Amino acid sequence: MAERSFKAEVEHLRKGTGDVFTGEGILAITKALLENGVGYVGGYQGAPISHLMDVLADAEDLMGELGIRFEANASEAAAAAMLAASVHYPIRGAVTFKGSVGVNVASDALANLASSGVNGGALVIVGEDYGEGSSIMQERSYAFAMKSQFWLLDPRPNLPSIVKAVGDGFALSEASNSPVMLMVRIRSCHVTGSFDTSDNEPPPLSVKDALANPQRDFNRVVLPPMSYAHEHDKVDNRWPAAEKFILENKLNEKFGPDKSKVGIVCLGGMYNSVIRALQRLGLADISGNTSVPLYVLNVTYPLVKSDLLEFCEGKEAVLLVEEGQPEFIEQQLGAMLYKEGGTTRLEGKGIFPKAGEYTGQIMFDGLEAFVRRYAPDLLPGKVLAPNAPKPELPDLSKTVPIRPPGFCTGCPERPIFASLKLAEQELGKHQITGDIGCHLFACLPPFEIGGSTMGYGLGPASNAAFDGGGKRRAISILGDGGFWHNGLSSSIGNMVFNKSDSVAIIVDNYYSAATGGQDVPSSRAENKTKSTNNPITKALAGAGVEWIRQIDRTYDVTKMRETIREALTTDYNGPKVIVASSECMLNRQRREKPQRNKAIANGQRVEQPRFGVDQDVCTGDHACIRLSGCPSLSLKTLDDPLRDDPVAHIDQSCVGCGNCGEVADAAILCPSFYEARVVHNPTGLEAWLSGMRKKIISWLQERRASRRLTFTGEGV
Amino acid sequence: MSLALPLDAQPADPALDGIIKLAILAVGGQGGGVLTNWIESLARSQGYHCQATSVAGVAQRTGATIYYIEMAPGDVASPVFSLAPSSGDVDIMIAAEMMEAGRAIMRGFVTPDRTTLIASTHRMLAVSEKTVPGDGMASSAEVRAAAEVASHKLILADMDVAAVSVGSVISASLFGALAGSQALPFERTAFEEAIRASGKGVEASLRAFAAGYELAQNGEPTPIAEEPAVSQEIVAPKGPPASQNAWAKLEARVASLPRAIQEMAQAGLVKVVDFQDDNYGEEYLDRLGALVRLDNAEREFELSREAAKYIANAMAYDDVIRVADLKTRAQRFGRIESEMRLGGEKVMQLTDYLHPRAEEIVGLLPEKTGRKLENDPAWMKRIDRWFNRGRRIRTDSLRGFAMLYVLGGLRGWRRKTLRHRMEQDHLNDWLQMVSGYLPDRYGMAVEVLRCRRLIKGYSDTHVRGLSKFDKVLSGARLVENREDGPQWVARLREAALKDEKGTELDGALKTIESFVN
Repeated sequence: MAERSFKAEVEHLRKGTGDVFTGEGILAITKALLENGVGYVGGYQGAPISHLMDVLADAEDLMGELGIRFEANASEAAAAAMLAASVHYPIRGAVTFKGSVGVNVASDALANLASSGVNGGALVIVGEDYGEGSSIMQERSYAFAMKSQFWLLDPRPNLPSIVKAVGDGFALSEASNSPVMLMVRIRSCHVTGSFDTSDNEPPPLSVKDALANPQRDFNRVVLPPMSYAHEHDKVDNRWPAAEKFILENKLNEKFGPDKSKVGIVCLGGMYNSVIRALQRLGLADISGNTSVPLYVLNVTYPLVKSDLLEFCEGKEAVLLVEEGQPEFIEQQLGAMLYKEGGTTRLEGKGIFPKAGEYTGQIMFDGLEAFVRRYAPDLLPGKVLAPNAPKPELPDLSKTVPIRPPGFCTGCPERPIFASLKLAEQELGKHQITGDIGCHLFACLPPFEIGGSTMGYGLGPASNAAFDGGGKRRAISILGDGGFWHNGLSSSIGNMVFNKSDSVAIIVDNYYSAATGGQDVPSSRAENKTKSTNNPITKALAGAGVEWIRQIDRTYDVTKMRETIREALTTDYNGPKVIVASSECMLNRQRREKPQRNKAIANGQRVEQPRFGVDQDVCTGDHACIRLSGCPSLSLKTLDDPLRDDPVAHIDQSCVGCGNCGEVADAAILCPSFYEARVVHNPTGLEAWLSGMRKKIISWLQERRASRRLTFTGEGV
Repeated sequence: MSLALPLDAQPADPALDGIIKLAILAVGGQGGGVLTNWIESLARSQGYHCQATSVAGVAQRTGATIYYIEMAPGDVASPVFSLAPSSGDVDIMIAAEMMEAGRAIMRGFVTPDRTTLIASTHRMLAVSEKTVPGDGMASSAEVRAAAEVASHKLILADMDVAAVSVGSVISASLFGALAGSQALPFERTAFEEAIRASGKGVEASLRAFAAGYELAQNGEPTPIAEEPAVSQEIVAPKGPPASQNAWAKLEARVASLPRAIQEMAQAGLVKVVDFQDDNYGEEYLDRLGALVRLDNAEREFELSREAAKYIANAMAYDDVIRVADLKTRAQRFGRIESEMRLGGEKVMQLTDYLHPRAEEIVGLLPEKTGRKLENDPAWMKRIDRWFNRGRRIRTDSLRGFAMLYVLGGLRGWRRKTLRHRMEQDHLNDWLQMVSGYLPDRYGMAVEVLRCRRLIKGYSDTHVRGLSKFDKVLSGARLVENREDGPQWVARLREAALKDEKGTELDGALKTIESFVN
């Protein structure tokens, strides 16, 4: 089960004509799919659209009622391939994944799909992971649309526009026989707002119906000579059809006065930040009425040349607001203007920085520079006047520490990397590669393990150059999510086939944890619509791995370190794979906490462990923290004039995973750690025994105290 | 303080006055999402247009996270809201942790012309602050000073304690503080209604809400700093009459010391007597007295004060006996029980994680035997095989307690042990080095005393600390005749505390070697 449940919100998806929906962008998208007669949906989780997959999964019952098939695809490639159903059948299909990395994975299927062309509307909803909060390399999905000729929508980031774009996308796809990609940016996915709903539409032809009447047409197969025809078909028919549809249905929007010597062309997704900058410059009002003409590209590919040139006509200068690089649209518009002999100046990159997110300040500065240069008369006097003096602020850049994401309290991955760090302390530094997933946090302090990440499921594959072995074996990390996504074939298969002498550690936390706790084939949970409980070790054995070690409790640091040591030093020279399994603590707590509280309230016996540090035993060296980084293991300054440094301290948020005690033991750090296991509702015998023990212990303590000086106060 | 921030005070547009811009900076897991939902439903319930955004995904796992909300009165026709805050353009900034408040200021989200800053003063330490072997904690005072300059209105209080003490979480107390700040044009009851409407943990949230509201309205009650806290006063120790008498004599000796060092000497005395016995306390005062005699009032007894501190720390070293003693005391049991909120019918199982090595065992033996075994690898290996393994001792059980109790009772034996001899030798060498610098090189003596701070921890950590201590002292000898010698020793010591491996220390030593040779 996913980290966040949308069960309650999903009920709103039943709303019909005349109702108003209020909520998040991803729910609005789901509602729009249902309103537009979608026949099948799928995808692969990844921020920022992970929750869209969760919503779809939680809405599975509702979709079942409508005859819609939901598939939690094994990867983005699998999701894109599913759209093949729309090639021959007039069924609308939608899949979702993140961009640009998800699009990378899906590109093979997407290119084939675009070549074949579609009959039913095919929509790919891409969460573009760019800018603040992104966890991937900063690239644009735009290039994929250009190379394969599928169309790219980038609607204005408000719920009515996003909902409209879903319907437009299906219609455009059908009108031009081309797949369409609907791009939503990080913040659009979780932007809240309202829109007027209409009734849900069951698909006119369901996938079940289609199976009763199978269709095929070899003209659609990507094989010569049909593939040559496809290319011509794209350029001669599909593209013009798309342009026609975009123009006729006014998918792109124009705002502001008809005539002006300047104008702004912006991508739909940038609209709100452009308006905000204009508002701050005194050039737009609170409702977005602008005094500078604005051409909003809700369709960013293809560009409709005639419409764009018409907008530029008579204008001295036009500013293109296009975030990221390369500036594909600016290049296209520049070529259009040049070829037409246009005299309008095109501004864009230069006024704006070439790389990086267009933050509010950058947008403001860019627009101000543009208007000042080409139409200063538009600016109100107070903007033209010199700025008020800058307030003077102390520089905090050396004070405020960075706070990158890291392992949660009690994370079962922490002891794996503590063990690996300890093994390295013993055997020397090794070549280590990381993979995609929470475990990539191990690259950061305090562990600093893993020097590269080449893609989901590609950890061991990215160590392939070192497969021949050497003085010290190469180590790679792979998550359970990555394992099932791509790792089994690309990484493990590669290791087996090439007789790799390396070591792979598979971090099995029972979920696709980094993306929000979705189930994967090896998840331990029972899932009524998915097959779970497929052990990774079985898949490994099936793929031909002979040296497999299964660890069922990653918190056993001593055993974990021993197993890693064995893998690094054994005589066996084939691939060595360690599967380290313990449940993701975030999900485990979410599952167990309510149960535990209920059990305690019901008078059942419940043990609740928590760890602590004896402050008078701790010497304040913080070696334990350098092998942990747990949020609950922090520091405390003692009120003791004899102490210089703060001591370790475990706060209330500790979940009792045991990592700190295990590490203190395995690394022989110090005797400061203890586990206090509180027993709620103990049995009668237990309580009696405990009372007796206490009495004897108190007697012994008093006996000793009576023979020595006892001081009161902290630290003694 | 340098002026590094590009803070443009933007001309405010009256057309935008209707939009309220509110940002929340939190640490992943603090409940920023819940707070956002409350604010959003509050605004909608009051007939406002409202839009909220957040950045989801893996970036939230314990990292710095931002939420952003804009709202405008309902009579405005379809307002266009931004999805992200701009520097210089935020009306209300809520920071759920002190350094996040600092981050908000750094990012320009807090400006004196408009921003109400509501921040919790509690700290959630970043990894980089915690891993330093010394004290790496960032300065809250600097952030507070900056907040006072940067904000239009400032509400600073420990919102975490306010919430936790009434059984809730910080999102609720911050929501209360937002209401109490009166930065939003809504009544208190509307805020409370938003909490009720969410339907989860309502009562606890309302209590924390009230606490936050109160803090925003009236600030934190100023601590009564004038009267000395009762706990500071050393209450006469409990114990047998003979020891009490001996203690009285020791206290009299402390009273005869210069006033400036009495407090530290008293603390040091308590530590060593607690560690061993009153005789040991006498030794402490003897050692201290020797240095006090070489000190002078002109220097405000800086040397003696440092000596009082570090001699006590050196004498109360961390051996097996001390650990076992501390772990079996009644005060410890009481502290843990209150920390774990034990009460009522609950019982507690207590497991101590111990891992003795051969060195610790041999250290317990009489000096001669110990030395012999220590120098015999075969014996050390054997002892290691017998003892070196992780031991989980159930200290709440009679067996586990008895074992530690017996070990802790070996204080009478301690003076005969190898470890004690080693510690005494080390202590004497160090103090000899210190007094060697007196009276002419006073600064060197003080700095060398302070280097004792480097020795801490157990087993490997302890060994590493000792080696750093030795390295710094060898560096000290290189610069002992220089005018700036003391500064160099201080620099070496600070470098040694920066990282575990001592990379910075080695660098600093290289620098010294480059100019002394």
